[in-house]
Amino acid sequence: MFDVNRIRQDFPILEEKIYGKPLVYLDNGATSQRPLPVIEKMTEYYLKYNSNVHRGVHYLSNVCTDANEEARRIVQRFIRAASEKEIIFTRGTTESINLIAYTYGEAFIEEGDEILVTEMEHHANIVPWQMLCERKGAILKVVPFTDKGELDKEAFGRLLTDRVKLVGVAYVSNVLGTVNPVREIIAQAHRCGAKVLIDGAQAIQHIPVDVQELDCDFFVFSAHKIYGPTGVGVLYGKEELLNQMPPWQGGGEMIREVRFEKTTYNELPFKFEAGTPDFIGIIGLGEALKYVESVGMEHFAGYEHQLLEYAMEQMKRIPGMRIFGEAACKSSVLSFAVGNIHHSDVGLLLDKMGIAVRTGQLCAEPVMQHYGVTGMVRASLAMYNTEQEIDIFCRGIEKVEKMFRL
Amino acid sequence: METIEKIEQDIIDEFSVYDDWMDKYAYLIEIGTAMPAMEEQYKTENNLIKGCQSRVWFHAGMQGNLLYFTADSDAIITKGIAGLLVRVFSGQKPEDIAKADLKFIDEIGLTQHLSPTRSNGLLSMVKQIKMYAIAFSAKK
Repeated sequence: MFDVNRIRQDFPILEEKIYGKPLVYLDNGATSQRPLPVIEKMTEYYLKYNSNVHRGVHYLSNVCTDANEEARRIVQRFIRAASEKEIIFTRGTTESINLIAYTYGEAFIEEGDEILVTEMEHHANIVPWQMLCERKGAILKVVPFTDKGELDKEAFGRLLTDRVKLVGVAYVSNVLGTVNPVREIIAQAHRCGAKVLIDGAQAIQHIPVDVQELDCDFFVFSAHKIYGPTGVGVLYGKEELLNQMPPWQGGGEMIREVRFEKTTYNELPFKFEAGTPDFIGIIGLGEALKYVESVGMEHFAGYEHQLLEYAMEQMKRIPGMRIFGEAACKSSVLSFAVGNIHHSDVGLLLDKMGIAVRTGQLCAEPVMQHYGVTGMVRASLAMYNTEQEIDIFCRGIEKVEKMFRL
Repeated sequence: METIEKIEQDIIDEFSVYDDWMDKYAYLIEIGTAMPAMEEQYKTENNLIKGCQSRVWFHAGMQGNLLYFTADSDAIITKGIAGLLVRVFSGQKPEDIAKADLKFIDEIGLTQHLSPTRSNGLLSMVKQIKMYAIAFSAKK
């Protein structure tokens, strides 16, 4: 059984007081908090084992190398990848996508080719493709979404032609919370010969992922949104595809032999990991995934969904409440506006009540344009949030609404 | 015209009656709501202080040897803060504005808004005002 009060004890920061009020942390979509096992593991490695990986003959270097590679196997297990060679460590989702845009893009995208993304993508899944299109003379096409926040399937079918080489889509929208039908999208895209990149940044912490079953070609996510540290991300790619892609950054670790005449490159996954990685961060990610496994996503996913439904229900009772994104299949993201109160005003006042939310364009300007707003307020949930916190949050919004009504 | 220091002191006194931050914000909302909207012709790209949270415009113009400001924002609290700055600086001599130390910001507890990462950017507003003042005193 999932016991949220038990879980909260693992996250000491949740006990903090903000301006003398208990912290209500609802900015998990931006970054989640880390549980004690992650903090302790990383501290332990800093205190006892810090030493560069894959380099040394000495004891400490071997300890860190082993832990780094163990983390890779944990990631492999967590997303059910076929091989640990398919797990590339990066600095985050953004870097993972850029790596694909540069290397897959370099090898496979030609003038006139099309790349298909959706209107609800995070900027990180738009801009690298625009840059690629500029370099290669390729064309970026966009699948629109409906006002409810669901992808327009008919438009997707229409836009998916044999000119499309790659489809990039968020598993869960960081603004609308929509859980996109990625399984269908992948199957459909493959029938047209296109590869598919799944941006899992907002999904990995809420939905069990099996990359082999999904059959996606790439899957990317960040450690810090799934209770791990910042500065570490994952790029999963099918081995065969990764082998066909040229390296990106050059430097240490990614080489086999360096000669001024010709340098040869290392094998997967090291081919894509130039320079010293954030190995203690990577070890922290491994620990975070082990933590999630120990709690069991099968246990907390239901709880999170219940919490989301409760939040939606409570929020809808607030006068002037407008929730953006009411897809039938929705995850733990709640973006909204209250009357015509500016999002930054709402955010500032909630902050003063100890409630942390995100405000602004949420790195998704096209979504703002879709709804004709300059920004939104976003509450995003994690497994440690409670109904009481949702109540405090809703009372907070009501208070804000009243302050502006006067 | 009252001096910058005198107006700052008035603001400090007004805010001193509120011990709760919510009340201070309610007061800023009041100020923001009462402020007249800026004429559309002045809401130009040049007058815009960029920040991703809310948009703020400052317009400056000399009348005689005094510098006058108007301001607007699409967020009310930001507009209220801008209103305080307009109240302190508008109708002052550019050289006085340029050297003002702005202790009221600290004293009424707005310092946290001065953080450069804070995108409603009180710091950017103050910087903009001072730049106007320096530019206009150089012109004289």
